[in-house]
Amino acid sequence: MAIPPRDDLLQFCHPATLQSPESHPYNGVDVKTAAETDKERWERQTLEPALKASPERARAFTTISGAPVERLYTAADLRGVDYARDVGDPGAFPYTRGIHASGYHGKLWTMRQFAGFGTPEETNRRYKGLLAAGGTGLSVAFDLPTLMGRDPDAELALGEVGKCGVNVTTLADMEALFDGIPLGDVTTSMTINSPAAMIFAMYLVVAERQGVDWRRLSGTIQNDILKEFIAQKEYIFPPRPSMRLITDIFAFCASDVPRWNTISVSGYHIREAGSTALQELAFTLRNGIEYVQWAIDAGLRVDDFVPRMSFFFNAHSDFFEELAKYRAARALWAETMRDRFGAREERSWKLRFHTQTAGVSLTAQQPYNNVVRTALQALSAVLGGTNSLHTNSLDEALALPTAEAATLALRTQQIIAHESGVANVADPFGGSYFVERLTQDLKEGSRAYFDRIDALGGMVAAIEQGFPQREIAESSYRFQQALEARDKIVVGVNAQVQGDEAPIAILYIDEQASDIQLARLERVRKTRDAARVERALESLREAAEGSANLMPPILEAVRAYATVGEMCDALRAVWGEYEEVPVI
Amino acid sequence: MRRIRVVIAKPGLDGHDRGAKVIARALRDAGMEVIYTGLRQTPEQIVNAALQEDADVIGLSILSGAHNHIAPRVMELLRARGLDDVLVVIGGIIPDVDMPRLREVGVKGIFLPGTPMQEIIDFINTNARARV
Repeated sequence: MAIPPRDDLLQFCHPATLQSPESHPYNGVDVKTAAETDKERWERQTLEPALKASPERARAFTTISGAPVERLYTAADLRGVDYARDVGDPGAFPYTRGIHASGYHGKLWTMRQFAGFGTPEETNRRYKGLLAAGGTGLSVAFDLPTLMGRDPDAELALGEVGKCGVNVTTLADMEALFDGIPLGDVTTSMTINSPAAMIFAMYLVVAERQGVDWRRLSGTIQNDILKEFIAQKEYIFPPRPSMRLITDIFAFCASDVPRWNTISVSGYHIREAGSTALQELAFTLRNGIEYVQWAIDAGLRVDDFVPRMSFFFNAHSDFFEELAKYRAARALWAETMRDRFGAREERSWKLRFHTQTAGVSLTAQQPYNNVVRTALQALSAVLGGTNSLHTNSLDEALALPTAEAATLALRTQQIIAHESGVANVADPFGGSYFVERLTQDLKEGSRAYFDRIDALGGMVAAIEQGFPQREIAESSYRFQQALEARDKIVVGVNAQVQGDEAPIAILYIDEQASDIQLARLERVRKTRDAARVERALESLREAAEGSANLMPPILEAVRAYATVGEMCDALRAVWGEYEEVPVI
Repeated sequence: MRRIRVVIAKPGLDGHDRGAKVIARALRDAGMEVIYTGLRQTPEQIVNAALQEDADVIGLSILSGAHNHIAPRVMELLRARGLDDVLVVIGGIIPDVDMPRLREVGVKGIFLPGTPMQEIIDFINTNARARV
């Protein structure tokens, strides 16, 4: 690993730390001020008189996660941190400073705006608009019936069809969703978890019918069930068979769809559910470790599937804590893959991640303030080296975004990319005493969580015991109390409140989408080959009882126009459904 | 005097339960007895829970947009069971245009994102049925 030349030392270190010619900027052990560090002298000589003259605004200063921060960080805060070992140059192990040697010089992040509502046709129009506006990737939001493996005519789907995303029930819907969009030329991310295998199979069949070779297809399925049990709660099957579906997808893609990202291990929802930044980081990476372990146990070779795993983090409002979180994630993953799992390929060490700005930080009050919040959050993600980014729209505390609001959100990214200059330099905050300290603290805190979860028997066992759920519920309640006490301020909500706000125009989704989808489903049920559907579902049930890979029977059921609900029912019949014990 | 009994319910398919859990805990800390139903409850299950628990208040947490279907059904079932005096409040994402209809069917309180917990506690203390 490269040790920076002497010139760098002068930029990073106070001269007093340079007593040893071999001393290193982060290697605080070399700070040879026996009795008193520079920082302590500064506190005594400069700070104390200043505090006597004018007191501070608060007794303690903390990040949004409640982690204490000091007034000042200096070289003394980086004692024991070794640049080459713990930080590393851009493109070099452990990738704290990014996975690309040239930062964003080669390629900017992918601007991938999550969208979906109503019918496949309506969403198809939104996608074409986003691509025309300069979006560089698609990202599908599905409605709750699709996410939960229920057809539009199921009792629990009442009032939910097309509301939170697009409804996709059969292959016919997937064909309409990507009509006129060449799947060989775009990359598509699909936020789908419990029924990920079914929805992915539909995408593969649409590609096949467009004449696109699966080996050319690129994109991502979220396929992260552990965070559903922990946070978002869109689970169907119990944890253990759910894990099998995931490892089956890993194995299938390694041989048949090699450029597809088979999972997006997600901290986003963990954070939205109220976790701290540290919990988001630690639980997400520990989930990643769990998937790797289960896949190895299922007989896969680590370097065959880990390079296709990707991650998804939240960009919350505490600027420095967030950008340190991304840097810590990269270093933790690299060391874990190399040292815990013996991964040999660099591609297995490099953590690639998508980021979305924090939906939970958006306020219904004074919604234009959300544009500013989102811009700052997006900036932290870019400075943390994200590979792709979704920026939320200003109206998302009220409804799904209007086309105008979604365009403004995309423009926010474009302004950061092309006007701010921040994409010109790799990891521009590398070397900041504060950011490096925060990065190390987050790594240490995560390792402590890894140990606790390992001691519980791994993440599946920890979830069954309610451990991450309890940790998050606790943090979420603590934050709410801080808001109530006004220890934490949200502008427009518990400070700077305005009583005379004019309402803004929002996207209102009526019941028409539901009617259209119900009619289409009826048409499909009438025209498909019922005997073929029955045979396909029977094969799926049989496969679920055995141990063969589930993707081939799911692909056949999709080709026969079986519905998401029917396919999930086939698996429910064998595996049952998960019911959680709620943790408050 | 008996403590106010509240059923906090998550109807529909949505699993986003942060708000429901935070309010459940805040009401409990404010001295109420809170029963949290867990996820994916049908209106029938919610009303049954209210009946069995002898609840004074039902709090529905809905963020998915399904409120126009769920709230009227809950109110109808409450009337059918003679539970007209149970206070029904909704927390979540409710577009302005839907509010008059929800109030018409008998939803007394609608609390949007950013509402202080104390405001909800005060509302329930003031409006829950009187007990002896």
